[in-house]
Amino acid sequence: MTAMSTRAKLAVVVASAVLLGAVAAGYTATAAEAPRTPPPAGGEQAVTLAPGPRLLAITDRHVSTVAATDPAGPRTVAGLECLRVYAAAGTGVCLKPESAWSYQVVVLDATLRETRAVSVPGLPNRARVSASGRMVSWTTFVGGDSYTSGGFSTRTGILDTRTGATVASLEGFAITRDGRGYRNPDVNYWGVTFTADDNRFYATMSTGAKRYLVRGDLAARTVETLKENVECPSLSPDGARLAFKEAVDADPAKGWRLSVLDLSSMRVSATAETRSVDDQAAWLNDGKLAYTLRRDDGQPDVWSVPADGSGTPTLVIPGAESPSPLT
Amino acid sequence: MLVYLSTVSRPVADEPGPGPRRRRFAMVSGNVVALGTVSLITDVSAEMVAAVLPLYLVLGLHLSPVAFGVLDGVHTGATALLRVVGGFAADRFRRRKLIAGVGYALSAVAKLGLLLAGRSIPAIGAVIAVDRLGKGVRSAPRDALITLSTPPEALGRAFGVHRAMDSVGAFLGPLAAFAVLLVVGQSYDAVFVTSFCVAALAVVVLVLFVREQPAGEAADGSNDPKVSVREAFGLLRGGPARRLVLAATMLGLATIGDGFVYLLLQRRLDLGLRWFPLLAVGTSLAYLVLAAPLGVLADRIGRLPVVIGGYTALGATYLLLAGPVDGWPLIALTLTLYGAFYAATDGVLIALAGPVLPARLRTTGIALVQTGQALAYLVSSVLFGLAWQAWGPENAIRAAALTVAGVLVGTLLLLASPSRLTTRKVPR
Repeated sequence: MTAMSTRAKLAVVVASAVLLGAVAAGYTATAAEAPRTPPPAGGEQAVTLAPGPRLLAITDRHVSTVAATDPAGPRTVAGLECLRVYAAAGTGVCLKPESAWSYQVVVLDATLRETRAVSVPGLPNRARVSASGRMVSWTTFVGGDSYTSGGFSTRTGILDTRTGATVASLEGFAITRDGRGYRNPDVNYWGVTFTADDNRFYATMSTGAKRYLVRGDLAARTVETLKENVECPSLSPDGARLAFKEAVDADPAKGWRLSVLDLSSMRVSATAETRSVDDQAAWLNDGKLAYTLRRDDGQPDVWSVPADGSGTPTLVIPGAESPSPLT
Repeated sequence: MLVYLSTVSRPVADEPGPGPRRRRFAMVSGNVVALGTVSLITDVSAEMVAAVLPLYLVLGLHLSPVAFGVLDGVHTGATALLRVVGGFAADRFRRRKLIAGVGYALSAVAKLGLLLAGRSIPAIGAVIAVDRLGKGVRSAPRDALITLSTPPEALGRAFGVHRAMDSVGAFLGPLAAFAVLLVVGQSYDAVFVTSFCVAALAVVVLVLFVREQPAGEAADGSNDPKVSVREAFGLLRGGPARRLVLAATMLGLATIGDGFVYLLLQRRLDLGLRWFPLLAVGTSLAYLVLAAPLGVLADRIGRLPVVIGGYTALGATYLLLAGPVDGWPLIALTLTLYGAFYAATDGVLIALAGPVLPARLRTTGIALVQTGQALAYLVSSVLFGLAWQAWGPENAIRAAALTVAGVLVGTLLLLASPSRLTTRKVPR
């Protein structure tokens, strides 16, 4: 290499900067042009959360509904952007982006109007409404709450829409583990599901690299462990069973098996879905579960499988996620 | 030709001439500015990706956090070993610029690798490993180049300027990522492509403007026998170099990791995630402002006192996290002290080490110092995690402060012997 003059070097640097800048700008421009928002099929008014034979889901980050009798058919898409959605008895919850870095828990009425909004730390993960429509819960991933640089931990909150009382994080609740009091700062909760009395709930608690099914009492601010290796419980409409995802061989790296726990016998039975399901399932009725699965390219689909272990999984809503029956 | 040019055009001569007093106020050498520029640009690129990676993995790829935890595996140990190997190769073949360049290029390519990795967790893990490998490989040759292009009495200033430029990049990176996301919404790949382009520009600047800095070495040193492995091991066999590596390793044990510090702050104040990245920005800001002045101070009053002062600031940071101060004063004090700790130790420790290490083995020696620190840091982070579980965060952080005090005493015993380390300047 022969020596270049400083001037020549500067010229090369400037030329490189222009070229690389053009590449970056060009790529950014095409990325920005990609359609992010689907055209609302029927406008904001068309999507309602009123109970009816429809399914609620998210299509390309937007709230949408389909007919329960023809879920793969025509879709009504609202302008409201959510990463997770759930609704019951005319009350909805939406985890809505506030900025690239922050999210809001938004409580919706049947016409998708915001009745409450709570800013939450972290990236949205789970959202649930109790069957009566009164209680709302959510889970977010919070960066930095971990010993490793890349780790995440979770924050789970509950809001009583009738009183406005909010529990920003369950982590202050008193814990009974295997019958004895327990305390540890590494406790994390996720995936709340409410019982019919709007006070007791089930959730996942993790501590010391183990994950437990816990039953909680909101008024008493307590939780107690019931079983190990149960994640993201979802209570059946009759209150007798919990659908959940179970880590294969208790090792999350091996994937998740969608299973059902009978609360009276505490017996677990696997569903016919053998693919790894990393979702909090929703009960479409007392016999059927709906859940999100992702294709290889990351696109979501809503699938359904009988809760009793029979049958085979069926594709319900292609290209959608976060299913919820409108009951 | 190149050798001749670089020898005569070198702004600050290496040989300790009769005028150190005059030189104290001279600018840092062109090579240091060039290396600082490369670091600045590279850090913009690196911090862009760091800022959006969690969002990308969880919201873009929908990986579960557990899967992401698997990514954060055991790369650190492997990269630590390769860092020493790279340092040795740079010394043996006297190609510090080349090895540094390879390190920068690896990290640049890793940004594009994120696009190609798709949703495959092993592939993403491999890409992150390549990125860290690049960072590990480049640091020691870069710092060796800085010491070799700077007269010994001005090393503090040179490293101060370099680290200040470096942290300007760290400061701008998240802002750049934010700007890109503002334009493209959720298209994280645009952030990665932009980050790659920025990193590639840094490599261009390195190739064109950074000199191997023969410092007369290429002229009269090319006939010297090549550095042998035995000679490299000799560094650890005794004398000031071994004491330095030991001290650096011990000092590494005193640091518990940024994540913990910010996490404790977040818990104390219940900060939302959107404020969380700003904690690191605050520290960078303090580091950026203080790095150069503290480097100059180190040249004047000695590097060891400044390093000791830095670790005292670290101990004070830990105590604050368990102390009575609350609210905004707590954030401001903690981040300022934490930034001051970095400013007083990061570059200054290498400035302290540089003159002690023989020029022939300087890259190897610096790699050993950095590796010792990095491995000790890994150990201390795990221990701190355990202490947190066992004793709760407040007591754990108090224990960490106590560890800092103990390590400081040990460092003084190791380094404050009547050696050249404590003198105001190295012998003229």
